[in-house]
Amino acid sequence: MTNPKPVSGPQADTAEPPAETAPRDGGPVRSGWRMLLPTMTPWLALGLVLIGGITLFGLIGPHLVGDPGQIRDQGLTGPSAEFPLGTTQTGQDVLAQLAHATRGSLQIGFIVGVLATALSAFFGIYGAYRGRFIDEAFSLLSNVFLVIPGLPLVIVISGFVPRESRGLWTIALVLALTSWAASARVLRAQTLSVRNRDYVAAAQVSGERPWRVITVEILPNLLPVIASQFVFAVIAAILGEAGLAFIGLGASNSSTLGTMLFYAQNGFALPLGAWWWFVPPGLIIALIGMGLSLVNFSIDEIINPKLKNLRLHRKRARRAARLERELARASRRSGQAPDTDAPAAEEPTR
Amino acid sequence: MTSVQVTDLVKDYTIRSGLKRTRLRAVDHVSLELTPGRTVALVGESGSGKSTIAKILTRMERPTSGTVDVRFDDGTPVPDAAYRREVQMVFQDPFASLNPFHSIEHHIARPLRIHKRTGTKEETHRSVLDMLERVNLTPADNIAPRRPHELSGGQRQRVAIARALAPGARVLIADEPVSMLDVSIRLGVLNLLGRLQREDRLAVLYITHDLATARHFSDEIVVLYRGRVVERGPSDAVILDPHHDYTKLLALAAPDPERPGRVASDAGPVDRDAIDDGVCYDHFTGRWREAGVPAAAEERT
Repeated sequence: MTNPKPVSGPQADTAEPPAETAPRDGGPVRSGWRMLLPTMTPWLALGLVLIGGITLFGLIGPHLVGDPGQIRDQGLTGPSAEFPLGTTQTGQDVLAQLAHATRGSLQIGFIVGVLATALSAFFGIYGAYRGRFIDEAFSLLSNVFLVIPGLPLVIVISGFVPRESRGLWTIALVLALTSWAASARVLRAQTLSVRNRDYVAAAQVSGERPWRVITVEILPNLLPVIASQFVFAVIAAILGEAGLAFIGLGASNSSTLGTMLFYAQNGFALPLGAWWWFVPPGLIIALIGMGLSLVNFSIDEIINPKLKNLRLHRKRARRAARLERELARASRRSGQAPDTDAPAAEEPTR
Repeated sequence: MTSVQVTDLVKDYTIRSGLKRTRLRAVDHVSLELTPGRTVALVGESGSGKSTIAKILTRMERPTSGTVDVRFDDGTPVPDAAYRREVQMVFQDPFASLNPFHSIEHHIARPLRIHKRTGTKEETHRSVLDMLERVNLTPADNIAPRRPHELSGGQRQRVAIARALAPGARVLIADEPVSMLDVSIRLGVLNLLGRLQREDRLAVLYITHDLATARHFSDEIVVLYRGRVVERGPSDAVILDPHHDYTKLLALAAPDPERPGRVASDAGPVDRDAIDDGVCYDHFTGRWREAGVPAAAEERT
């Protein structure tokens, strides 16, 4: 663990690799961030590809397809060259609807994710940092919100708000208000642990202002947790909104995957065997959920101490193997045995 | 130059268990004086109130009663705004006192920026390198962009010392600065502290439970037991001629090259309750006085 010798003399070459990871040109910030990034695994790559693809589809798709509301007289036709995903009962293009609905769902997910994360960060971190009365009050508030049953409340609120004023933002706000509490509790616990560490005390002693202590000293150490909660909030919001829209309580001014399913259900798509109408939106929801979950598992590798060590071990092993390969290659080229260098190669991978 | 006069410091903690509340007196009428160029060692076991005194001096805790009077050399009191600049602390655990997220440069640059010691970015960067070189961390431009986990315990503690001195501190509270370090590098860190103290004429409060380093490093020793000062005096006098039972116990626990063999067996099992924490021996006056009472109270004959 410790390396009491100064970086000079015979150890100079082993001290090089750490310097490599922290390049001098604007390096400090980057090396800090690098610790927070999960290692690239096939699963993470798959998740990112899924999320990226669906987001691109939601961003660009609506510009490429025709009017999703246009009614034609060729109702309920299967996939064809003209309509790759067929048409609905009233002859609307399912692909066009899907593009707009994906955009709507992602929008809701993103807005709710940001709002819920901001709420939980404020109530969780600020309360825990200040302690005493504010902590008690904030944690009481989040406990109250925690025991409120989410979906029934969402249904009641959505039903209570008149349909005309039930826009995207109303739904997003309702979903955010019912979903921040659990994350706030987790953040509070984490903050209580971080707040008592010596480096926070040291920052206070050196005269940092409270908001700087929170944002610069505490927050970065919570970022993986917050990122994971954000991803989770997005999944929950997309699913929650789909559920609401499916029972007819969705936003009136936007179409989402949930509203598509709602119309498919009302148009008897299932009994009529029109699979092209309800399978695509269902599949997109499932793929979004899958992609975000895969990303979340990778973030979990950073947060979870058990997985974290495993990850560091793997990283170290990979690095040692790479160094060994390079040494072997170098020695093959120069025709020397790498025996003397091999143990030294493993040391700097700490 | 700045000196600190601590008078009759009392700190009570309230312990709540259910509806019952009990009061724990962690620090009981402790008086100290820190003057430029001198080191006062505060010695005592865990729970004797050493760290509480450090927290009060660094204004992380409020004392229940008593005063901490910090003055410049010309006698003017240090204003609140400058307090954090004048009084700084080195923490016990170098593995916990540096934020794993930030670079070494950040840790030293922040105090410099907060206390407006430097203006531009390049100026700050240069000062950071200077500070690192002052604490023997070379090559400084190699160390600065690293993050704490890449350094050893001794190197980290040097960074912590550089951070404490960065604002231009004149009073340094060192809370067991070497207890978490390898034995082999303790002396290096202590000698560094000693050198910096001489260079800057710092007033140092050295908190420790180790009498041997206290003698090596400090001019005056204050022995703390259960929140009370039980003995005080010049280092050599306290260690070579301990008067209080508790100090004798501490002195026995320290290894002594002239008295080989196992020490614990001659000391025998110690009856802790028999140690009297109500009296204090002052080597400066050569008299016993009552402990845990205001400093102005009459001395015991």
